[in-house]
Amino acid sequence: MADRFASVADVQARLRAVDYLADAEIASVVYLADRLEKPVLVEGPAGVGKTELAKAIAAATGSRLIRLQCYEGLDEAKALYEWNYKKQLLRIQADREHETDWATVEADIFSEPFLLTRPLLEAIRAEDPVVLLIDEVDRVEIETEALLLEVLSDFQVSIPELGTIRGRQRPVVLLTSNNTRELSEALKRRCLYLHIDYPDLEREKEIVRVRVPEIDAALAEQVARVVRSIRQLDLKKAPSISETIDWARTLLYLGHVAIDDELVADTLHVLLKYQSDIAKAKKELTGGRGSTLPPSRG
Amino acid sequence: MAHGGRGHAVGSGDRSHTEITPGTPGVMLDALAGFVHELRAAGLPVSMTENLDAMRAVQEVPWEDRDAMRAALATTLVKHHRHRRAFDVAFDVYFGLRAPDAAPDTGAEVGGGPAAAGGGGDPLSDAELAELLLAALRAMDRDALRDLAARAVTRYAGMEPGRPVGGTYYLYRTLRHLDLDALAAALTARLAEGAQAGADDLESRFAREEAADRIAQLRRLVEAEIRRRLVADRGVAAMARTLRAPLPEDVDFMHATREEMQALQRAIEPLTRALAARLAQRRRRRHRGHLDFRATVRHSLSYGGVPAEPKFRRPRPHRPEIMVVADVSGSVASFARFTLQLVYAMAGQFSKVRSWVFIDGIDEVTRFFTEADDLADAVHRVNTEADVVWVDGHSDYGHAFEVFAERHLGEVTPRTSLIVLGDARNNYHASKAEVLGALRRKARRLYWLNPEPRGYWDTGDSIISEYLPHCDGVYECRNLRQLERFVTAVVEA
Repeated sequence: MADRFASVADVQARLRAVDYLADAEIASVVYLADRLEKPVLVEGPAGVGKTELAKAIAAATGSRLIRLQCYEGLDEAKALYEWNYKKQLLRIQADREHETDWATVEADIFSEPFLLTRPLLEAIRAEDPVVLLIDEVDRVEIETEALLLEVLSDFQVSIPELGTIRGRQRPVVLLTSNNTRELSEALKRRCLYLHIDYPDLEREKEIVRVRVPEIDAALAEQVARVVRSIRQLDLKKAPSISETIDWARTLLYLGHVAIDDELVADTLHVLLKYQSDIAKAKKELTGGRGSTLPPSRG
Repeated sequence: MAHGGRGHAVGSGDRSHTEITPGTPGVMLDALAGFVHELRAAGLPVSMTENLDAMRAVQEVPWEDRDAMRAALATTLVKHHRHRRAFDVAFDVYFGLRAPDAAPDTGAEVGGGPAAAGGGGDPLSDAELAELLLAALRAMDRDALRDLAARAVTRYAGMEPGRPVGGTYYLYRTLRHLDLDALAAALTARLAEGAQAGADDLESRFAREEAADRIAQLRRLVEAEIRRRLVADRGVAAMARTLRAPLPEDVDFMHATREEMQALQRAIEPLTRALAARLAQRRRRRHRGHLDFRATVRHSLSYGGVPAEPKFRRPRPHRPEIMVVADVSGSVASFARFTLQLVYAMAGQFSKVRSWVFIDGIDEVTRFFTEADDLADAVHRVNTEADVVWVDGHSDYGHAFEVFAERHLGEVTPRTSLIVLGDARNNYHASKAEVLGALRRKARRLYWLNPEPRGYWDTGDSIISEYLPHCDGVYECRNLRQLERFVTAVVEA
């Protein structure tokens, strides 16, 4: 049993210390993942801090973060390990002059120095505490998913030439998915599941205050409120947390201490990335005024 | 805000929970077994492994901490976000009662239902209760709110033990007396006055949203309270059965409530994205095409003429052309809407998608979908702008098919898959099934999707069996699950 955290409250406090505000549910799942030694599948809209969570856990527990970025076409050679073919060739050529017998050469070129470790093997072999992040797992093919399954369930890997390599410890494993395809039931069964949604008003306000420390409480509150308002509209792409933070920084940089209709209309492009979304939000929030009509108030 | 409180609860339960629970696991495991049974009955796929994980997980959290319990069970048992609502309802029924944070005095009220229901014992007047509620909402004092919600239920719901009435009836009675709209208006006014004078549009919008949010919380508290008392009265399993609602993918298109419609709308977007991605991937990998003889021979030259590595042509994926003809009369309109949305979300999978809607007249609506950059907009325009009424606005499949064939028969090719959407309730008009036959002879395939349960087919004015011989397949398609299955089949055909 891994004992990285003492309690759910401890998870929350230590993530907080590295500027990640976990709500009760996130903290509970992280705690359970550590206790049950199970990987966590994290889903949710883009930009709610899925990847950030892995980084925060690594920072909070003083672990090294090993990241496997998934993409279509990712295979064993890129995810697990690969023999350094060029180096092996060089070795064979160098050996030619010494006339060594084949058995020696073979034993030689299939040994550790010729092995290229990829993220999964690296996580298994790690001596120091690590957090393994498998990012955007929904992008890989079913076959690669099966490979992941195998590695995640036993945390060991067999290399024919070297034998079985067993993990010395159980790292925290996080898989993130943007839900571009339904993951296999088998993978889901083996993972704990965490859905991170956009934060509620209070939490978003706190996040803004933590990430933009110079901001004052009143402005942070207003920022969070405007963002909540905008998220309730039916948009192509709702503002993410990072966009909220960018917006708060923009306002601060422009030297504003309070938000009004006009300012919102003028800086919406930081929060929203589609012209149709911006137009819609402008219309809804400022009643179609904003920059089109002369401001009635100073 | 709730974090601090929860933190303490967990902190104190910290390690000791493993020691203080020797008596509890039995009770706990029984409750858990019933709970998992209920989840399965509600349609959630809970496997054996997940069940075991849940048992391990609940032993890791203090069992009197309801939020932690909920998180532990959710993370081990619910692997699809759209199933979370069903989980939450079941959780409230099974474990809500055991909540330590429920006001201790309410235990007595549960039993004393009928006596207390008159409200005689309560010294407060209606106006005073409303005033207290407003104050609690304004300060957002959750404990006070929960207490007041309990009082309101006691006073207004008129709950009687053993009465076979659903929770919604009590909810309706309570909420009618509380008059949430007036409460929301008053709260908005109070919240807005807190801001500086000269508050602009934005400020009043904030106040309105904040008020709506808090009122929604109050409503949930009232709901939870009613549920809690019903559970005490009728028992857990019976209550869970009454509250069980279909999962979004199982909701019947034709009888969805407004809330279910919204849930469907939210579910369909990620579903189509996932479906499109899966189909694209499968198609790409399915086969690698024919042997490319020339390339193989050319390549063999580098091996001294030995064809060491066969070369294949790149597959030319066959992309079907889709024509959708949808009945959009009242009863089946929402079904047509969802199907059109699904088909267009996957337009990339097809070489061409065209669509028509009809009631007794027929109109092509392809332009709405190609012009709009938003599917919801397009559907809205279909509803408002399409010219579908010819005589009286009652479905006339025969006439619609006739006009369609007249105008477009020449455009139907052996690459075209025709999909007809509708319940085939023809209002006793002529079926003109032979027109459909003519269309089918020119098309690659002709499918019919019927949103009615199979048992209703050919009852009343439904004449599906007249069209049936002219179709390659007639499918019952009542919910997202069936729709998804059909679309997959068409793409792979």
